[in-house]
Amino acid sequence: MDVLLSVFVEPFQEMLAFPDFFLQVIWEGFVAGVLYSLIALGFVLIYKASGVFNFAQGIMVVFAALVLVSLHEMGVPAWLAVVLSLGVMALLAVGIERMVLRKLVNQHDAILLMATIGLTLILKGVGQLFFGGEPKPMITEQLGLPTGSTDLEVFGGLVILQHIDVAATVIALLMVIALAVFFSKTRIGRALRAVADDHQAALSVGISLNQIWAIVWFASGIVALVTGIMWGARSEVSFALEIIALKALAVLILGGFTSIPGAIVGGLIIGIGEKMFEVYWGALLGSGVEAWFAYVLALIFLLFRPQGLFGERIIERV
Amino acid sequence: MSATALGTSSQKSDSPEHVDQSSAPLHTEELLSVSHVSLSFGGVKAITDISFDIMKGEVRAIIGPNGAGKTSMLNVINGFYHPQEGVISFRGKKRRRMKPHQAAASGIARTFQNVALFKGMSTLDNIMSGRSLKMRRGFFWQMIHVGPARNEEIRHREKVEEIIDFLEIAHIRKQPVGKLPYGLQKRVELGRAMAMEPDLLLLDEPMAGMNLEEKEDMSRFIIDLNTEFGTTIALIEHDMGVVMDLADRVVVLDYGKKIADGTPEQVQSSQEVIDAYLGVGH
Amino acid sequence: MLYREAGQFKTSYAADQALLPIAQDRIGLFVILISAFLFIPAFTSDFFIGAIMIPFLVFALAAVGLNILTGYAGQLSLGTGAFMGVGAYSCYKLATYFPDTNIIILILCSGVFSAIAGIAFGLPSLRIKGLYLAITTLAAQFFLEWCFLRIEWLYNYNDSGAIEVPQRKLFDIAITGASASPVARYLVILSIVALLTLVAANVLRGRIGRSWMMIRDMDIAAELMGIRPLYAKLSAFAFSSYYCGVAGALMVFMWLGSAEVEAFDINHSFLILFMVIIGGMGSLTGCFMGAAFIWVLPVIIRAVPSMLGLDLIAATTEHITNIVIGVLIIFFLIVEPHGLARLWQIAKEKLRTWPFPYSST
Repeated sequence: MDVLLSVFVEPFQEMLAFPDFFLQVIWEGFVAGVLYSLIALGFVLIYKASGVFNFAQGIMVVFAALVLVSLHEMGVPAWLAVVLSLGVMALLAVGIERMVLRKLVNQHDAILLMATIGLTLILKGVGQLFFGGEPKPMITEQLGLPTGSTDLEVFGGLVILQHIDVAATVIALLMVIALAVFFSKTRIGRALRAVADDHQAALSVGISLNQIWAIVWFASGIVALVTGIMWGARSEVSFALEIIALKALAVLILGGFTSIPGAIVGGLIIGIGEKMFEVYWGALLGSGVEAWFAYVLALIFLLFRPQGLFGERIIERV
Repeated sequence: MSATALGTSSQKSDSPEHVDQSSAPLHTEELLSVSHVSLSFGGVKAITDISFDIMKGEVRAIIGPNGAGKTSMLNVINGFYHPQEGVISFRGKKRRRMKPHQAAASGIARTFQNVALFKGMSTLDNIMSGRSLKMRRGFFWQMIHVGPARNEEIRHREKVEEIIDFLEIAHIRKQPVGKLPYGLQKRVELGRAMAMEPDLLLLDEPMAGMNLEEKEDMSRFIIDLNTEFGTTIALIEHDMGVVMDLADRVVVLDYGKKIADGTPEQVQSSQEVIDAYLGVGH
Repeated sequence: MLYREAGQFKTSYAADQALLPIAQDRIGLFVILISAFLFIPAFTSDFFIGAIMIPFLVFALAAVGLNILTGYAGQLSLGTGAFMGVGAYSCYKLATYFPDTNIIILILCSGVFSAIAGIAFGLPSLRIKGLYLAITTLAAQFFLEWCFLRIEWLYNYNDSGAIEVPQRKLFDIAITGASASPVARYLVILSIVALLTLVAANVLRGRIGRSWMMIRDMDIAAELMGIRPLYAKLSAFAFSSYYCGVAGALMVFMWLGSAEVEAFDINHSFLILFMVIIGGMGSLTGCFMGAAFIWVLPVIIRAVPSMLGLDLIAATTEHITNIVIGVLIIFFLIVEPHGLARLWQIAKEKLRTWPFPYSST
């Protein structure tokens, strides 16, 4: 009985009793969710255009942020460091397309996935070799990002909003809008969608697959850099992020592999869900449940709706 | 297929209505019956209210223009698709929903329009895989692989070697099937289905993409399979010459509906069939 | 010595279906086994046995486990480390409850528990495939890792949170615990690995192994041949996890001596996966090649610069190892997706027909 009570009743009583704290939890979860969404967004971009499940997206986030911070350490001004980091991500995109993707055209999904796992190792090794393995602080102020916090008074209590979190949310929103415009209004965006629908058909109307792939990897490199800055500003730039970034895979299961809205909604569900679960139910199990909540939720979800929230039902043909 | 193909087909010597002189039995015992089956995907109707039957020992052809629902029909028969309406009875047993592996267990085998071999395995292993249902030894015996499990394996190997001889593919026995030419792959696929020793064999365009010689070979295998082993065969084929030669009876589909059913001669002279293939003049 | 099968006529299907139909292969295996059982213990140092051979065998066994699931049954798993952990913790608990039972029996039994865990986390494979499944195995990885950390019962409420291996004997010779000699531990591991590999080879060439490969190559056709996906996939998960579990138990009891959660983290899952990719998916020989390669590579990378007079710090060699393994994975996926084992096979094919490569098929 006690167990049932503490699972089904007490957490909700607590939520009602301290609504300000509840709001704070939701907000924290929301911001974490935005970052998951951003990583998932990078996955979706690449998966849509090339059918590659890019396992390296997490390490790309770390790598981009490391390049930025290290450049600044070397005395490069912050804005120039951002530009140069983008340049590095562009080179990386072209390199990956030339050295890996082009050679693995038409291979099985799992082979491509494993190739990106190899890529992860290379990026990790190169990153550690050149920039060192220790965590580094993000150059938040130098980039002109806000750092303070505001206390909001609600329900007779306080909800603390970190300015950087607000900025992260706004920037994420702007980026999604920019991507949406890019996809629907530009020539490259249309070509991208054509490639996503059918590689061969796209080739036959004169779209260069190699070019599109390089562009799309660069686009997700930009997303990675932005994610890295935001994440770094909230905590620090470290390789530990690589493991956390795997949660984006769970996000993809919820949202579907090819849906940008899905990536966003899925990220928010996971972010808010795991925070709430940790705060209100975690104590029952002995805390630390954040480590697996996302995956177990995804697993349960898969059993009922394998195509994701926004995915289309797949009809198999023989 | 073209109307000329329809017209130039040769005559089949014995139609099922006539008692034939040879050892072939009369095809009067019903093996499979499809009654009032309808199947749709979302809003798209693939099959509408189709009924026909297949008699034991006959070669039954299913023909029709592209998109007529022929392959869908086969998928319904072996349980891959579940029709929204209608009943299928196989050997007198009625069923509405059935899993493919249950269909296999009840004695239905098939080949596929696009070869569906196990690409990572050799010809031998592919055909051995058709024996899966007939092998019984459990995990324990498999692990030590002496005594019963080994004997079972060898016993089935002997059967498989007979099929390999029958299909004249001994020279590619140990080769991975992925690298074989298309015609041979089709043959291996037939071998795999034969290895199941099915009561009903569904062949989905067994001769698609073959040259004349390969078609002749394949036709010979199908005829031998039907007469020597007594296997009942339902086949989809576009080459009308082949259909008219091989089939005892033909069912014609168009836009998911049945438009004709009967002996090759009857079907050939049906106005609706000619319209379906040539288009109706308005 | 020539690698020829000329004159070796098989007169029965039994001979044709033997594990190693070519006489030279049988001789080769015999030589390898003799040197593994006799020469290595007799002529190499404790360091070589303890730091290279024992880890190599443990990882090779885990790679066999993963290869059964991924290479033969086509189900990608990123949770190998956790399944090894289930084996290790089960073995630890069994050793606590049955202190008098022979430790080898306990190690072999502990795999059963990870087989059960494998079945539980393999259940989603019935509805989902490929990449989606890979993600559910991540759920297994992180959930089980959390269990190893939070369920104190698993490590007998130790303050350290680590499992410590008690001393156990076989024929009055210590084979686990601090006083066990590397040679004794090595021989026990070698026997278990050799035995289990033989069992795997047997299963893989029979009905059950074939059903896994059918599911891997074309699941729809497999089902239409009468294979029940439920049985095929779950049995692959169970069998594979059993091997991983035994490997995990061996890792702690015969190699590390004590272990914490970190020994079973996701990095180990990946390490085993790399061994399988580089060694060759769908090849038992490849498991051993991959394990040897990945375990020996860092040793070489450490050794080469010092021979050249360069002084590299340990962390740097680790980073270089990462890069080299990453490059090799991509290289193998591009050039030879079937890994080292396939390269070896091609070399043998060439040898068979040498010096007249065009005279046979």
